[in-house]
Amino acid sequence: MNIKEFLNERAVLLGLETTSSEEVIRALGGKLRDLGYVKDNFIEAALEREANMPTGLPLGGEYNAAIPHVDIEYVNQSALGLATFKEDVVFYNMVDSDEVVPCRLVIMLALDTPKSQIEMLQSVAAVLQNPDTIRKLVNAKTTEEVFSALS
Amino acid sequence: MAKTVIVSCGTGIATSTVAAKAIEEACKAAGVAVITKQCKGQEIPELLKQGADLIVTTSTMRFDPGIPVVKGLAFLTGIGIDDVVKEILDILKD
Repeated sequence: MNIKEFLNERAVLLGLETTSSEEVIRALGGKLRDLGYVKDNFIEAALEREANMPTGLPLGGEYNAAIPHVDIEYVNQSALGLATFKEDVVFYNMVDSDEVVPCRLVIMLALDTPKSQIEMLQSVAAVLQNPDTIRKLVNAKTTEEVFSALS
Repeated sequence: MAKTVIVSCGTGIATSTVAAKAIEEACKAAGVAVITKQCKGQEIPELLKQGADLIVTTSTMRFDPGIPVVKGLAFLTGIGIDDVVKEILDILKD
């Protein structure tokens, strides 16, 4: 199973000009909603979740990432969304919610079952653990470059 | 007797799934019998009533559970993964 199978090219937003995590979640969540993957209340749920239990991940390299996601009840069908930014967007550390994590990449997870997505999640983790892939994603100018980086 | 590890994250489905799988594999490789129980952070107190040896969490802990807690972000990011696995095994081997 590959991360690309879950990533719809229309849910890839590159070089967003924002520093607001809320704008990012609204933009990416809106795409997933318009594509039918998530329910209308997904965005509000994702914003609330991010405020209470953030999803920023310090990756120890040049760039950090965040992986916003919510309970399965807000999801119709599993999918991923991906966004990159011109400047750092402020998220907070998942395991230490007081710590700021400036992010240049967001992979939004829409998960529809608790157990069956393990391979997709491990694929996402594998991407996060590869600094070269992260750099390629952050610097991608086209959707094709994103899918190529994930190959 | 198998040790019980509560694996918690914000939603109980995403990052805890990755962490639980990795913990099970590491324990198997080290010959440590382990049972993992995934949950959301706020469900930890309920699971603690059934008994547990360790909590591995990928979300922010907002209380002291009275048993060892290991931060499990390394299972996602890979940073310091060897140290985290060793820390977990050391606790479970006691």
